[in-house]
Amino acid sequence: MRKVRVVIAKPGLDGHDRGAKVIARALRDAGMEVVYTGLRQTPEQIVSAALQEDADVIGLSILSGAHNHIAPRLMQLLKEKGLDDVLVLVGGIIPDVDIPRLKAIGVKGIFLPGTPMQEIVDFINANARARV
Amino acid sequence: MKTVAPSGKERWQHDTLEPALKKSPERAAQFTTISGRPIDRLYRPDDVDRIDYARDIGDPGEFPYTRGIHATGYRGKLWTMRQFAGFGTPEETNERYKALLAAGGTGLSVAFDLPTLMGRDPDHELSLGEVGKCGVNVTSLADMETLFDGIRLGDITTSMTINSPAAMIFAMYLVVAEKQGADWKRISGTIQNDILKEFIAQKEYIFPPRPSMRLITDIFGFCSKEAPKWNTISVSGYHIREAGATALQELAFTLRDGLEYVRWGVDTGLDVDAFVPQISFFFNAHSDFFEEIAKYRAARTLWAHAMRDQFGARSERSWKLRFHSQTAGVSLTAQQPYNNVVRTALQALSAVLGGTNSLHTNSLDEALALPTAEAATLALRTQQIIAHESGVANLVDPLGGSYFVEKLTKDMEDGALAYFEQIDKMGGMVEAIERGFPQKEIAESAYRFQQAVERRDKVIVGVNDFVQADEPPIEILYIDESAADTQLAKLETLRKMRNNDAARRALDGLRAAAKTPGNLMPPIIDAVRAYATVGEMCDALRQVWGEYEEVPVI
Repeated sequence: MRKVRVVIAKPGLDGHDRGAKVIARALRDAGMEVVYTGLRQTPEQIVSAALQEDADVIGLSILSGAHNHIAPRLMQLLKEKGLDDVLVLVGGIIPDVDIPRLKAIGVKGIFLPGTPMQEIVDFINANARARV
Repeated sequence: MKTVAPSGKERWQHDTLEPALKKSPERAAQFTTISGRPIDRLYRPDDVDRIDYARDIGDPGEFPYTRGIHATGYRGKLWTMRQFAGFGTPEETNERYKALLAAGGTGLSVAFDLPTLMGRDPDHELSLGEVGKCGVNVTSLADMETLFDGIRLGDITTSMTINSPAAMIFAMYLVVAEKQGADWKRISGTIQNDILKEFIAQKEYIFPPRPSMRLITDIFGFCSKEAPKWNTISVSGYHIREAGATALQELAFTLRDGLEYVRWGVDTGLDVDAFVPQISFFFNAHSDFFEEIAKYRAARTLWAHAMRDQFGARSERSWKLRFHSQTAGVSLTAQQPYNNVVRTALQALSAVLGGTNSLHTNSLDEALALPTAEAATLALRTQQIIAHESGVANLVDPLGGSYFVEKLTKDMEDGALAYFEQIDKMGGMVEAIERGFPQKEIAESAYRFQQAVERRDKVIVGVNDFVQADEPPIEILYIDESAADTQLAKLETLRKMRNNDAARRALDGLRAAAKTPGNLMPPIIDAVRAYATVGEMCDALRQVWGEYEEVPVI
């Protein structure tokens, strides 16, 4: 079986990339293929990276509060490109009230500060699309 | 055969320690700081016997200022209690400032939102969803007038956390002060203006490193003549630490950044004593109590020596390192948020015991959102309790002479000097950044710490130990989209109401000036007076200098 392929992306204007980099390394150490997009990626750029990398998982790191704008746009673009089976995760500072909204548009996992890396690894292994 | 009498330490180990260990072993094979630095069981006189009090530590107010820059410590004046705040529109933030001043705050500290920090107007596509979220949105002079409405800029000091567009925001402050009738020669405050740590850690850069450094030296030159009381730069370790650096890396990279700015200033022809006294520092107050105290004491010592011995500064004001500190945002937990009050109090205490000149204490809810007014007040009260109830401000440097603190201070100094040497070999900090050296060091430390947390080598109460199920949620500040709508509407009005010919001429002037070596502050002030926006001014410079893009390393 091929390795799970993950795109870790940092959308929006925020540059605080500690979390994105740490999770990228943790997933790589857990045996996944990880691509980190770098900073200030638009949803369009993230979807195109996911297409190019044939990604099974997209992990967004958002701390600035812009998730309500970025996530819906990303989900819509994924649908348009026929990538709706890509597992989308959001990590960062997400107010409780926004969580149901993100889940409703198809974000499968939302990971808040203090989440153990292993929990995210396990979640991906359990939920990423199975591929041969 | 000659027998050597066992020293006091050996005797103690043999007679007392070993039996004690046999009876009850220690909790771990090795004890380390939060930065992973091993800590011995005990520190004794022989650990500090190579430290000479007069030469290496000195009395307070005297070179090399290890024990503080003031002879009287906090007995004369307490540190400035400066709470960083800003959110939504200038109108909303203005209200919060007035409340903080009324509650006994003694200085203001402006948090700008990401569009402002990144030099984008609210109508730019990248500003979508970001306006007013992480700070206050300031688009033009009109917003700055509102932000400080009813606050006399001649009477207070203001710190502004602004970096890439620091020159533009500072110019706005100057024009507002002038309109209020305040004298530029007398106003005081700080702009962060530290671009090197943006490339290293926080990543809010716009222009490439070299033109960015030029903007900074232009501000040095301008202020040395026009605004001599203004602190032109706050060389920041805070963000370096938040990004995952160890205490030593924070100390070393920050001080080395400071030396880089001095070098660039001197190279533009400025006299070192004409601008160095206006350089201040900003450190993180993290959780490992004594390591932090040693860090602040080492910072003062290193700076004093570098300014006097390396740069030949003659003024004592150049030798004295002044610093602001802020408790560690990264240490706050979303779980059991009330624990954060305790963390913050301990961190603030370490900053005070390390001789901080001003301090921001974080609020208990900041792992979840920007703070509510109640949480921000409690954070300020934490400082007031340390200042007025704990007794630690009654004497100067109460921990001076502690075998442990003095040894750790010396170790931090030595460790920083070793980093300086490595960076010097690369050609300086700009070159080290271009190679990704500090970035890689920090990413490595961040990952190592996360692994220690996963293994529970480092305990975070409420997160990986002492966990509590079903915590009740706390009330948080929720910032909706109304600030964005308001700021967009105001921008539209501004573009209709202002003299657009004057704004265009001023922006052309700025663009032309950027291509020549003259000081850029005067054309920036002209553009501000013409109500050019932050985005327009930054665009003018983007057209000349281009934008920086980093190669991401993981």
